[in-house]
Amino acid sequence: METKAFQKIYTKITQITKATCSLQATGIGYEEMATVNGRLAQVVKLNGDNVTLQVFSGTEGIPTNAEVVFLGRPPVLKVGDELAGRFFNAYGDPIDGGPAVEGEEREIGGPSVNPVRRKQPSELIATGIAGIDLNNTLVTGQKIPFFADPDQPYNQVMAQVALRAKADKIILGGMGLTNDDYLYYKNVFDNAGALDRIISFVNTTENPPVERLLVPDMALTAAEYFAFDKKETVLVLLTDMTLYADALSIVSNRMDQIPSKDSMPGSLYSDLAKIYEKAVQFPEGGSITIIAVTTLSSGDITHAIPDNTGYITEGQLFLRRDSDIGKVIVDPFRSLSRLKQLVIGKQTRKDHPQVMNAAVRLYADAANAKTKLENGFDLTDYDERTMRFAKEYSNELLAIDVNVDTTFMLDKAWELFGRHFTRAEVSIRQEFVDLYWPK
Amino acid sequence: MEENKKTTGIVSGIIANLVIVEISGPVSQNEICYINLRGTRLMAEVIKVLGTKAYVQVFESTRGLRVGESVEFMGHMLEVTLGPGILSRNFDGLQNDLDKMEGTFLRRGEYTAPINTDQAWDFIPLAKPGDIVVAGSWLGEVKENWISHKIMVPFKFEGKYTVKQVQPAGTYKASSPVAVLTGPDERDYEVSMVQKWPVKIPIRAYTDKPRPFRLMETGVRIIDTMNPIVEGGTGFIPGPFGSGKTVLQHALSKQAEADLIIVAACGERANEVVEIFTEFPELDDPRTGRKLMERTTIIANTSNMPVAAREASVYTAMTLGEYYRTMGLKVLLLADSTSRWAQALREMSNRMEELPGPDAFPMDLPAIISSFYARAGYVYLNNGSTGSITFIGTVSPAGGNLKEPVTESTKKAARCFFALSQQRADSKRYPAVDPIDSYSKYLEYPELQEYLSENISEDWLGSVLEAKNILLRGKEAYEQINILGDDGVPIDYHLRYWKSEVIDFVILQQDAFDKTDASTPIKRQKYMLGKVLGVCNTGFSFEGFEEVNPYFKRIINVFKQMNYSLFDSEDFKKYEAELEEIINERKAA
Ligand SMILES: Nc1ncnc2c1ncn2[C@@H]1O[C@H](COP(=O)(O)OP(=O)(O)OP(=O)(O)O)[C@@H](O)[C@H]1O
Ligand SMILES: [Mg+2]
Repeated sequence: METKAFQKIYTKITQITKATCSLQATGIGYEEMATVNGRLAQVVKLNGDNVTLQVFSGTEGIPTNAEVVFLGRPPVLKVGDELAGRFFNAYGDPIDGGPAVEGEEREIGGPSVNPVRRKQPSELIATGIAGIDLNNTLVTGQKIPFFADPDQPYNQVMAQVALRAKADKIILGGMGLTNDDYLYYKNVFDNAGALDRIISFVNTTENPPVERLLVPDMALTAAEYFAFDKKETVLVLLTDMTLYADALSIVSNRMDQIPSKDSMPGSLYSDLAKIYEKAVQFPEGGSITIIAVTTLSSGDITHAIPDNTGYITEGQLFLRRDSDIGKVIVDPFRSLSRLKQLVIGKQTRKDHPQVMNAAVRLYADAANAKTKLENGFDLTDYDERTMRFAKEYSNELLAIDVNVDTTFMLDKAWELFGRHFTRAEVSIRQEFVDLYWPK
Repeated sequence: MEENKKTTGIVSGIIANLVIVEISGPVSQNEICYINLRGTRLMAEVIKVLGTKAYVQVFESTRGLRVGESVEFMGHMLEVTLGPGILSRNFDGLQNDLDKMEGTFLRRGEYTAPINTDQAWDFIPLAKPGDIVVAGSWLGEVKENWISHKIMVPFKFEGKYTVKQVQPAGTYKASSPVAVLTGPDERDYEVSMVQKWPVKIPIRAYTDKPRPFRLMETGVRIIDTMNPIVEGGTGFIPGPFGSGKTVLQHALSKQAEADLIIVAACGERANEVVEIFTEFPELDDPRTGRKLMERTTIIANTSNMPVAAREASVYTAMTLGEYYRTMGLKVLLLADSTSRWAQALREMSNRMEELPGPDAFPMDLPAIISSFYARAGYVYLNNGSTGSITFIGTVSPAGGNLKEPVTESTKKAARCFFALSQQRADSKRYPAVDPIDSYSKYLEYPELQEYLSENISEDWLGSVLEAKNILLRGKEAYEQINILGDDGVPIDYHLRYWKSEVIDFVILQQDAFDKTDASTPIKRQKYMLGKVLGVCNTGFSFEGFEEVNPYFKRIINVFKQMNYSLFDSEDFKKYEAELEEIINERKAA
């Protein structure tokens, strides 16, 4: 970042810690950006003339006579249609070799939408994945994370969802992405010929972790430009929010804040909510939908990160490897889309809610039968049929490699019902049975 | 009159929304001040004073604020404006009218008037010259929606006043004087329809606060029948995410027998508030035939709104409730979620580097929670009428574990405990209120017992306790069956378990999204409990345990059909007859 002639240069740092440095300066605004020997930093504390800066890339090698220049503004992103198709780092600087984007400068992490100016989310998002469309239907303006163990293919699933959703823009916020995953996304989008509607803000594992704190706000500022100014349907992908939260805890620990549960800062809930609540349906048409990834450590959802996330988001999608079919599925038990009732049976076929519930109920019966088997009890004929059903249901509908439309999913479910059960066992409202029970 | 000179100050330090102000005069704890950020006024509240330094929490983002900027202290605490025109409005946590704000995005420093003081109301006097009145006495009334909105002696008036003059019936602006009172100092005071009151101080314009004794019907069976809440009672709903806290609170806000509902959305999702905005104007209030929105007021501080205002939001809501209670109304106050409020306190306490208590919450959290709950209650007003605030808050325990400070402190303060269980939610047994762990202390109050026996039936309490006992024994039987196996226990164990399942499926479970099932009037609850206990008290004969499960599934199915049918309708009677037949099939001789 170039230094302008009139800017005052400070060269006397009075204190350096792992993440921060302090100096005497006046007229500095809270959360103002600065550079310390060229590294970007932000004001995190003002006490009289004493200014404390958080240096995003860390303070390794910063000398006490480093040059400090204040930029007179909070972190900003230049927004404009030219953002489309471009790749940026956490500061919003291009990393694709292209020119800097010209456009209106907007503060990132800006104010929230007045709740009375929101519209209730109402448009279904089709992904082709039955574990989502059939059981946990997504709606524009929703915010929902994948809960997945680190070894699961959540990035692949996200990329698929993104490409199939009919979004005008897809904005990728990558936090602690491995370089390989970053290139994966780039290739997938490229191969799909979708690059012109993708915008990426990426912090890879090669970049300093604290930098990634800027990524969600960058991505969402761009999203607000397209959704609000341009009234477009915008899908924001945030991966991996666990690594984002880890960066929060690094900063708060270094600033000697008292940690709460799981050494996370006490403000974790508010910090995450500020991001997720940017998901919105505007009455004038545009929308921001956030699909995130929260990696779990050995499936523990009571850890502070998934726990706080669950309290904020509108449901969660659980990925699980189904050992019976050797594929990853969207687990029908622990997954939930809280907004699905706004669209299913309304924008999809009327039998959708009943078929969905019946299939999950029968799948639950299969799980019980399995437990019975493992405990050495005898299985009834019904138990055996539920287990056969479960395997086919898992393979032909829940597996994430399935790509079909909702009507096909419903027909497929009826086909499986007819193959394994009597009408009474499925227990769906008569009018639907009359219409759809396989002849 | 001497003009009070306002204290001013200069910003000397900033850490997030905690700002340190060098003061030039006296300030008081919780005093409101405005920080001048180059033309934008940011509202803040004093939370600590050390020498000439006032620590203030800013209700807005402090981005861009500089050391050296000026601060003006207002000489009063955070206040709400009270007067006709509050009902059906959507306020933020500081009582700004959200609908009056410009633009799609909230702008900091934009404060809008909570009520329109220029609006004219049809005033009817209730007091006459010569009457001796005190704070909260009714001077007149206006119609606000269908509520008789009382115009009262301002709560700030201390001592006895004499009514000198009251305006005759007529149309007046809210801000114009409707009465003149002579004070203890012999001076005359004009009173308009509008007054202000600091939110952190309880309004005590009543003579007595007896133990509550009247059932407040909610239409939710697991509450009314099993764990009743009373007018002026307190309760809380803890539960892990997704267990149904908000759905249950929304059900209460739609169905409860209250004159008005105040919903404080405290640090939760904006879309959930939008749901109320969108649906309540369309839904009918069965009691009045008007739209539900007419009796509902929303205080929205959603999770992305400034954290300090989150703390204020619950106090704002409570103060509005107290105002309407003093008019002799039944107020139901709902707060979702009080944990977010506690977290706001925690964030601030950590920033001030106070000695932390358990889980880094402030040491005085239990005291703060209990004095807040203490503001609810049933009261006798100065003129002998009654009013009440029933308060139900949700709690969002970290990791779903109830052994955490907010749940534990609230448990000491609230008298009803509606514990939502993950397991019940997972198995879709909604509302997921745990039937064994939950309780209503009011059931032990002789006052309520008497009320129930007079208003429902003499043996009602006995029936409820019997049902609870069957549930407990059913659970024990179920555990035994699980340990010893289906055929390792006597058939009687299966019967016991299935009888408890009948209560679970027919009384406890209730579909919040079904038109008919969603709300059950107490008369119907009484009828159904009688029916269900009838089944539980019937002796059945079975050859083997395998027969028990399918038989009771049939009973439950018919009962559920009854729940889905209109009370006493043809369908209802048809299913009832079917039920009798099924019972007779296996009735022991
Ligand atoms: N009584 C009910 N009947 C039917 N479904 C219910 C009921 N209660 C809850 N649910 C289901 O559970 C979902 C989550 O409920 P809700 O939003 O009330 O949870 P919550 O406890 O408020 O969660 P959070 O703490 O995250 O806010 C609902 O979207 C709905 O699908
Ligand atoms: Mg909720």
